[in-house]
Amino acid sequence: MSASAAANRDLPSIYHKAGSLRAERRWALWSAYISLIFAAIIMLAPPVYMLMTSLKTSAEIADQLNSTPWWVYSPTLENYAALIGNEMFRGFFWNSVKVTVLVVAVTMVISVLAAFALGRMRFWGSQALATGVFLTYLIPDTLLFIPLYQIVGSLGLLNSAWGLVLVYPTLTVPFCTWIMIGYFASIPKELDEAALIDGANWMQMLWKIFIPVALPGIIAATIFAFTVSWAAFVYPTAFITTPEEMPMTIGVVSQLIRGDTFAWGQLMAGALLAALPPVIVYAFLMDYYIAGLTAGATKG
Amino acid sequence: MAQVSIRKVVKAYEGGVQAVKGIDLEIADHEFVVLVGPSGCGKSTTLRMIAGLEEITSGEIAIGGTVVNDIPPRDRDIAMVFQNYALYPHMSVFDNMAFGLTLRKFPKDEIKRRVDNAARILDITPLLDRKPKALSGGQRQRVAMGRAIVRDPKVFLFDEPLSNLDAKLRVQMRTEIKKVHQAVKTTTVYVTHDQVEAMTLADRVVVMNHGVIEQVGPPQELYHRPVTRFVAGFIGSPAMNFIPARVENGSGALRLNLPNGIVLPVPADRTQRYAAAAGKEMIFGIRPEHLTEPKNLDRDNIATFDLTPEVIEPMGMETLVHLWLQGAEVCSRIDPTTPAEPGRPLQVAADLNHMHLIDPQTGRVL
Repeated sequence: MSASAAANRDLPSIYHKAGSLRAERRWALWSAYISLIFAAIIMLAPPVYMLMTSLKTSAEIADQLNSTPWWVYSPTLENYAALIGNEMFRGFFWNSVKVTVLVVAVTMVISVLAAFALGRMRFWGSQALATGVFLTYLIPDTLLFIPLYQIVGSLGLLNSAWGLVLVYPTLTVPFCTWIMIGYFASIPKELDEAALIDGANWMQMLWKIFIPVALPGIIAATIFAFTVSWAAFVYPTAFITTPEEMPMTIGVVSQLIRGDTFAWGQLMAGALLAALPPVIVYAFLMDYYIAGLTAGATKG
Repeated sequence: MAQVSIRKVVKAYEGGVQAVKGIDLEIADHEFVVLVGPSGCGKSTTLRMIAGLEEITSGEIAIGGTVVNDIPPRDRDIAMVFQNYALYPHMSVFDNMAFGLTLRKFPKDEIKRRVDNAARILDITPLLDRKPKALSGGQRQRVAMGRAIVRDPKVFLFDEPLSNLDAKLRVQMRTEIKKVHQAVKTTTVYVTHDQVEAMTLADRVVVMNHGVIEQVGPPQELYHRPVTRFVAGFIGSPAMNFIPARVENGSGALRLNLPNGIVLPVPADRTQRYAAAAGKEMIFGIRPEHLTEPKNLDRDNIATFDLTPEVIEPMGMETLVHLWLQGAEVCSRIDPTTPAEPGRPLQVAADLNHMHLIDPQTGRVL
């Protein structure tokens, strides 16, 4: 009797508690959605602005009275057509692709090998070297381009896309190495010991075990190297002078701005076209990037 | 198949800490040897030195008569099973097991034959196409063992292979390991901190503590004739009781004076063996199963006395009675039908044929 009375007394408090948990959860969801929507608006405003402008005629862009940046009244693809039909613009694009593919390849080879050595082979000074690699990343390219100009110049690679292939890795390798050191470090040491006992040498261990297992990390590093190389601005501005060797980033700017005349429609179309490859790369590799390949390696 | 010889092996780390302090051990062909001890006793380090994953500071290790100190792990012809399985996560079960053979350039049909055979022994044939993440803990452990079996190495090394499994599965896999060893008969070195695993699996158990070997012997010998207090306390569960006792000489016979005025006569056949202890403070050791309800009273050397239980633990097939005797915890193992309750004196019988006398200064069993 008394026990059941006590239970009855407790019931409302239990329900109240569950109710408050539900309310807390709802509140958390709402605030999350509101902040996400707010962030999305801020992030998406510039691309939307660009897209709208790229679809306008020069006349509509210039018309201050009857147009708004956020809508197109008479859409046209003439800006895109003009760029794609322009051989020089296609040249910029091709230069960007060439440089980026080479830089990504060079970067990944160097940083995977370096990270494997620094992260797993544990030799005297490997810790200090690993930190040193990261420190080099902290020096900004705006500081480095002056001495690099001398170096690239002395190699006779000024005004050449090959010069860019040489200098971009100074930006990409340190960071990618750092990412890969972290990734390799997360692989349990029993995995290389098992491979060692199974008869693998260091290269086989890297190729057959570490690279497949660290694939998400490698993809993350690849995306980073791709983005840095594709979007680089300071180095090509400093090292490239003729349109034939220019990548997208500076080609668009240098050719579509003549004095104080800005071809806004084409500038925006060019910028959007330039942004397309990274978007595609991200979209395709995102699944890999997120997939946790190490699951199941050890107790899990 | 091969014997393993460990001669005066030392492992010292930077800063002079010695994990293994010069141990000697001969492991015979086909033998199943278990290294057991508390964490930090040097058992895993010893195993890793046999595997070649740790360098040997001094001394030598030979496998099949060849000194392997400077031979890399892949050329030692050993296979190892790790505590966390260490399966290659991106490979199927088949590829995991075949990896070592593929690297050694075995022909494809031979690899398939060996993997299928090992899978049959371990009952994992239906799992061969799966990835490790789709397996349960016990299945992963089987795959890890399969990876060792297919290699047909000279020596199997197990590093606490069952510690990650739950209690029920652990018992099951323990039987499995023993069965596999009986089938393939490969020389095996097995490391565990679990004395039950050591007792059940081993041909010989090696008890290690603080980097030295305390005792080597078959499980029964370690259980009945421990040579040190450490081994006496480590092997057996619940652990052996250690009760402070004063040995007194009374007219040709020795007596043990225990706390609370309990006096026990030392069996006559041990008088000579314990003679040197007369008049000294010693430690009286007796296992819980030799401290029971009064039974076999017609046999020699059974002494009865009263104790007051403080905690009673019914286990089903037996009941454990705990009490404290002047700082020493004493555990007695009685028949579950014997009435016992906390606080009410209980008559117990000590079977002194199984007593041990330990010198507290040296820790040796006399």
